[in-house]
Amino acid sequence: MSDRAEVGLLDYSRRLPVRLVLLVVLLFLYLPLAVLVLFSFNDSRRTTVWKGFTTEWYARLAGNAELILALANSLTIALVTTLIALLIGTLAAIGLWRFRFPGNGLVGSAFSLPIVVPEICMGVAFLIFFARVLRWPQGLGWPLDLGPIIIAHVAFCFPFVTVVVRARLASFNRDLEEAARDLGASPWRALFDVVLPHLKPSLVAGALLAFTLSLDDFVITFFTAGPDTVTFPVKVYSMVRFSVTPEVNAISTLLLLITVALTLVALRVQAVAGDLQPRPTA
Amino acid sequence: MPSRHPRAREIGPFLAILGPPAAWFLLFFVAPMAVVWAYSFGSNVGAAGIEITGTFLNYARTLEPVYLGILAKSFGIAAIATLACLLLGFPVALAISFAPARLRTLLLVAIMLPFWTNLLIRTYALMAVLRDQGLVNQAVEAVAPGLAPLPLLHNNFAVILGLVYVHLPFMVLPIYAALDRLDRSLLEASLDLGASHLDTIFRILVPLARPGILAGLLLTFIPALGSYLTPDLLGGPDSQMIANIIERQFKRANDWPFGAALAFVLVYLTLFVLAAQGLLRRRGEAE
Repeated sequence: MSDRAEVGLLDYSRRLPVRLVLLVVLLFLYLPLAVLVLFSFNDSRRTTVWKGFTTEWYARLAGNAELILALANSLTIALVTTLIALLIGTLAAIGLWRFRFPGNGLVGSAFSLPIVVPEICMGVAFLIFFARVLRWPQGLGWPLDLGPIIIAHVAFCFPFVTVVVRARLASFNRDLEEAARDLGASPWRALFDVVLPHLKPSLVAGALLAFTLSLDDFVITFFTAGPDTVTFPVKVYSMVRFSVTPEVNAISTLLLLITVALTLVALRVQAVAGDLQPRPTA
Repeated sequence: MPSRHPRAREIGPFLAILGPPAAWFLLFFVAPMAVVWAYSFGSNVGAAGIEITGTFLNYARTLEPVYLGILAKSFGIAAIATLACLLLGFPVALAISFAPARLRTLLLVAIMLPFWTNLLIRTYALMAVLRDQGLVNQAVEAVAPGLAPLPLLHNNFAVILGLVYVHLPFMVLPIYAALDRLDRSLLEASLDLGASHLDTIFRILVPLARPGILAGLLLTFIPALGSYLTPDLLGGPDSQMIANIIERQFKRANDWPFGAALAFVLVYLTLFVLAAQGLLRRRGEAE
């Protein structure tokens, strides 16, 4: 039935109304981004009419020390956050999977609370916490003054790592671990040599997720950061509030490039992992 | 056969593995949230002091008409945006799940890519397109010069559009996951027995995709309800949502106890929506 030239019975992706919605949605998602990238190369201060190609705005970015510092801050925060969140998140996933104890389900749900609690609430919580409870010493210098932001970022990133790693653990064949134990491996050795290799794709995916979430975060950082610490999104926010300028277009284009590259890496990793798994029959 | 139940000798590994995440969670999530919760029962003393007095006055204030109105408005805006996401997202998920394999991967990436890109940048891109001299108004000007510029930015419409723009992938992906799993022979049976395509979609496909739809509704509604950046950048003076009012208490009005109460009202609402979705899902599974 499907080899007929006309639209197949279940070929919903080729029916006109469905195609129309798909087209509208893709235009809706990508047109604003395309315009943004295009006008980062526009030879005019006013970002409304195309006047010709230039890379002037990118050159100006390179000379903007504040912006580069903000970017360095954001990348440092994202890197450290990713390392800690990956470790803690993976430990949580393995612990919940390995040990059965009363309240296991409850602890599992509690760990995913930071995913559902609105960002603004966590933001004000960290604002109060670092202002009144755990006062972070001032003037420690870079990078120690990034501490509160990193602590806050780990708190909301590690649950995402846990979710991704737990999903992967669900497909782990426990017989393999028991075989390793029967052959004389210690529990730790079995964990490192048998369980961790199986988790590898989810560790990469979790790390990329944590990195992007940390790099993207505006709301929680906005509340947690002291007056002297500026991250990339916070800096961009103040520029956006001020006005629409080609410089902002240029920075945004650069950040878009970074995230697109990271996403493609993540998809590649997941595709490779998918190939290693038995496919469900259609 | 080795048992997986914790024994006394497994306490060491147990603490070594679950200790660090539990400690981080308690110290840097539970403790800060608990402080906010305590502050919500406090009152301002002097210029900068706050005393936890156990008062319910902050919560009483959230019930004043101004704040109830903002709560209702936040709910309404989030609900309209979620519904719009469903109306747009379902056909998209349908198209993706029935597309040939190569195209399917491409479309999935196309839907996921914006989800990975910075929220601030996406909102900024939308601002640039919607403003008076933006692309949309330039097009309107070319077609119907009398109409331009349409007021597209800094109003409720812009906030709803922005929320749809940002949250659409959250709707498409779970529905796609549900549609991808279902047994297609049921659809063929329905069509063979003479039901129309629309009938088949609404009476077979939608009920089977229900868990995915419910998950999509939840994943869209919860972040939309608590969103700060979208109403802040795209909204006008009367399209502030609950998150913006919370921010104001902390950054400008300097009324932390009231801000804390508002924040916890938002947390309770979120948990309530989660619980309601859980109930709906369980009822759906029982049927």
